[in-house]
Amino acid sequence: MPELSYRDAIRATLIDEMDRDPAIVLLGEDIGVYQGTFRITADLLGRYGPTRVIDTPISELGFVGAAIGMAMLGLRPVVEMMTWNFSLLAFDQIVNNAAKLRYFSGGQVEVPLVIRGPNGAGVQLSAQHSQSLEVLYAHVPGLHVVTPATPAEASGLLRTAIRGRDPVIFLEHAALYASRGEVPDGDFVLPFGRAEVVRAGDAVTVVAYSRMVGVALEAAERLAAEGIEAEVINLRTLRPLDVETVLASVRRTHRAVVVQEQWRLFGAAAEIAATIAEGAFDLLDAPVERVTGADVPMPYARNLELLALPDADDVVRAARRTLYREPASAGGHADG
Amino acid sequence: MRGAPRARRQGVTARMADPSRHEPASTGDGAGTAVATPPRRVRDPDDALVWYRRMVVARRFEEETERAFRRGKIGGYLHVYSGQEAVAAGFLAEMRDDDIFFTAYRDHAHALFRGSPPGAVMAELFGKATGVARGKGGSMHLFDVARGFYGGYGIVGGHIPLAVGAAYALRYQGGNRVCLCFMGDGAINSGGFHEAMNMAGLWGQTGGCPLLVIVENNQFAMGTPVVRSSAVTDLASRFAAYGIPAERIDGMDFFTVRAAARRAIASVRASGRPVAIEALTYRFAGHGAADLFQPYRSREDVERARGRDPILILERRLREAGLLDDAAVAAAAAEAEAIVADAVRFAEESPAPPAEALHIDVYGADA
Repeated sequence: MPELSYRDAIRATLIDEMDRDPAIVLLGEDIGVYQGTFRITADLLGRYGPTRVIDTPISELGFVGAAIGMAMLGLRPVVEMMTWNFSLLAFDQIVNNAAKLRYFSGGQVEVPLVIRGPNGAGVQLSAQHSQSLEVLYAHVPGLHVVTPATPAEASGLLRTAIRGRDPVIFLEHAALYASRGEVPDGDFVLPFGRAEVVRAGDAVTVVAYSRMVGVALEAAERLAAEGIEAEVINLRTLRPLDVETVLASVRRTHRAVVVQEQWRLFGAAAEIAATIAEGAFDLLDAPVERVTGADVPMPYARNLELLALPDADDVVRAARRTLYREPASAGGHADG
Repeated sequence: MRGAPRARRQGVTARMADPSRHEPASTGDGAGTAVATPPRRVRDPDDALVWYRRMVVARRFEEETERAFRRGKIGGYLHVYSGQEAVAAGFLAEMRDDDIFFTAYRDHAHALFRGSPPGAVMAELFGKATGVARGKGGSMHLFDVARGFYGGYGIVGGHIPLAVGAAYALRYQGGNRVCLCFMGDGAINSGGFHEAMNMAGLWGQTGGCPLLVIVENNQFAMGTPVVRSSAVTDLASRFAAYGIPAERIDGMDFFTVRAAARRAIASVRASGRPVAIEALTYRFAGHGAADLFQPYRSREDVERARGRDPILILERRLREAGLLDDAAVAAAAAEAEAIVADAVRFAEESPAPPAEALHIDVYGADA
């Protein structure tokens, strides 16, 4: 089992799949000659040629739409969104065409399309380039929304995405590209809709995804030092959402903290908190806590950016609140 | 009043434009361009008669959809094709069985011309399980993939990038199938059009985009005439920016359309490069069934346009060629009446989709 970076795990999986299936084509801005903004596609143009590795103009609407048309005709396009911030230019194509074509055609076409690229914040790119847009897509029936937290997950979930029959919003995290981890050899596939309990505990359930899984684990270690054993759940995919794993944990711990990098209002944490309230209301010993990004456009200054992002401190305090070891929140700041 | 009637007065140029020196066809420059004069002899009489009868069916079909809309049998939006029949008919007549096409939301006639059963088309409009999209799509989203019809689309310009990608896929998979993309004059001002045409032009440079774009210029983007929505009213000229040869034709004359379609499809098929045609036509009905008062044009405008009704033009030509007489015209009308009556009966008698259908086809079965 080799140790790979998150970046190399994605690249190696693309290579495996492109070797296996000639219907896979890549499209995106500067993925070929330039080697990819984050070097995920380094050398792939040389390996597969310009018919399969297509450098596109700066036309998100155009190339996402074209990829949808390719998918309808039986190709398996994998689109690189240079960052998910730019996906708003293709939002109509994703929501009105990719997600719905199977349905409004009465099942006559399908769109086996993967759109992948970095989502999220943390590297001082300021307001237009530091957004966590997952809920925009998780809201839409017909899409899968995938949020790998480790190199192994990036590989196993990407394989599932590429082999699937539906459009997949594959949200990498730029701050994770250099992170390393063991990736199983061979045909390693992780199913959608299966969360992982990454740390067992009985005092409080902490639900996270993408980069926030690492933040939650760091918080869990610090909570353990004061005798609080947190159970940490990595969702892996937001749509489908593994409700059962979350509820099974909360039914044992009776307390829950949901962590997300994005804005607080109408976010993933709100959906998960509501799901917990619906499925485990009688078993809750405290209100579900949300730890979220601040409700502001992302500032540039490093100190302000750090204030806008949730960290392990925020998660520790939220977990303590569910155990009544910390005053209840008045609401309004980053960690609620 | 603009468009088709004026085009008739000035003569419609039929030429492949050199994108680097395209001039507006409406200037009537004359030199070096041929005025499209109808041939006296009809190339393939039997086939021409078939297409005449299909156009009569499509017109009668649309009259009935408007009636069904008023009766409350059809919900949502309803955009009828009356007045534009020669465009879809001329192009679809030249498509091969394994070619494919995309269009926008004014899509009923395209389905009928491609051979979708009229009953299944009407059933879709009635929201029935037997509809071409199982009652899930409605008027704006007709599909018949088995016949190469990859859909009607409701967001103006949103289907154009799909057609570009589909064309790429056809060539990627080998063979010489082509993709047709019908669009309206309104869509030419959407970002999707420009992004898609730029990519089509690029991909065509290596023979990788066998796409024929047909601009059905019916003079109105909903209620806004071309002159008020497009800074350049010669829409064919706009393809020059993307290196795509474009031609403006009279879209009211079936034979003119068909001849242009034959040339363009042959070019696209042989080269793998995109070609565009702007067909000047006219929408006799309102934008949609709810567009009752049409404050953006006068009754006289519409009446003048009806003087160049594409079905009457074709009928006159076939009469002149001795292929149609009063009896044959009456027979075609009676046949259309019967086909449409059957379609309505089929739609009326078909079951609504079952409740279980609500959650079917959101995802693939193995999701």
